[in-house]
Amino acid sequence: MCTTCGCNGAVSHQHGHHPHASHDHEDQARILQVEQNILSKNDQYAATNRQMLSDHKVAAFNLVSSPGSGKTTLLVKTIQRLKDAARIAVIEGDQQTELDAQRIRETGVSAQQINTGKGCHLDAHQVGHALEHWSLDELDIIYIENVGNLVCPAAFDLGEAARVVVLSVTEGEDKPLKYPDMFYASDLMLINKIDLLPYLDFDVEKSIEYARRINPDIQVLQVSAKTGQGMDAWIQWCRQTKVSPARATVIPGEFVCNTAS
Amino acid sequence: MHELSLAENIRDLIVERAATEGFRKVEAVWLEVGALSCVEPDAMTFSFAAVMADTPAQDARLEIISVPGEGQCRQCRHRWQVRELYDCCPECGNFGMDVVQGKDVRVKSLAVI
Repeated sequence: MCTTCGCNGAVSHQHGHHPHASHDHEDQARILQVEQNILSKNDQYAATNRQMLSDHKVAAFNLVSSPGSGKTTLLVKTIQRLKDAARIAVIEGDQQTELDAQRIRETGVSAQQINTGKGCHLDAHQVGHALEHWSLDELDIIYIENVGNLVCPAAFDLGEAARVVVLSVTEGEDKPLKYPDMFYASDLMLINKIDLLPYLDFDVEKSIEYARRINPDIQVLQVSAKTGQGMDAWIQWCRQTKVSPARATVIPGEFVCNTAS
Repeated sequence: MHELSLAENIRDLIVERAATEGFRKVEAVWLEVGALSCVEPDAMTFSFAAVMADTPAQDARLEIISVPGEGQCRQCRHRWQVRELYDCCPECGNFGMDVVQGKDVRVKSLAVI
């Protein structure tokens, strides 16, 4: 098709309403139908990661949140509780520095740091390369700590078994409504820092209701990584997650809407 | 600003197609952007221009085609045009719907020489 006049580009054809003299059909554009999702490449990498993880029976969890929600502390405490029962590794995503990976390594487990530079999220290709550092047969669980950002990581499947959005009570209960894409794409909402609830106006029930407006299937656990409150349920959730080549086969069980007390 | 990496995906797609389809210049790119896709058209237009330098799509025109969001209520199965992921069903008033359309960003077609 000629993009100037919209005709099919045949030099010989005539139309009275529109002279072709002003442009040359010898050098005219043709229309190429593409019909391709621009995330299809990421999704292919994600499918490869998921298949590989599934083949080796490794459960990968993609932890997403805003900066400062306590993801790294949560991971450190999780590893301390779980490392005798499961073989764990961690992928850390940050724009800069090895600080988080160093904190993880101090617990004795292996951590790969991905610095995204100007990038605001991890993608499946980066995660695929990070996975090359391990022999997957020697692992049971990989935690992927995504870049602290409630917007961009929502669009990028990494090949994880389940996505966990961490919401700390210092952030306000309206976060699910403000950043709906992230809650739509997550399997579990982990409400963190609940030891601070007595000092804040955070409405736990409302935050759960908001999240379920967007994603009725989202599971909820309440924890304080600092005091250990609710951590047993979270650990059990990690251990009961089944790995499969299809996305998100977390078994919704008794931990749905667990109110840690 | 994930639009930048999405624009880089479009660039890679174009460079690949240039090799397989044998074109040297892209005049226009038609991009379908779903209303629920977390892509801001202005940010995409800005990023697109920034990443296409020294590719066949340098100076290409970006035409964004908006695709409305469509959801189906899990309770009553009513389908409607969804504006936000937390919209309730206009028929039965319940929350909780499955997105039927409007999450994707797709390169529909290219005008190439």
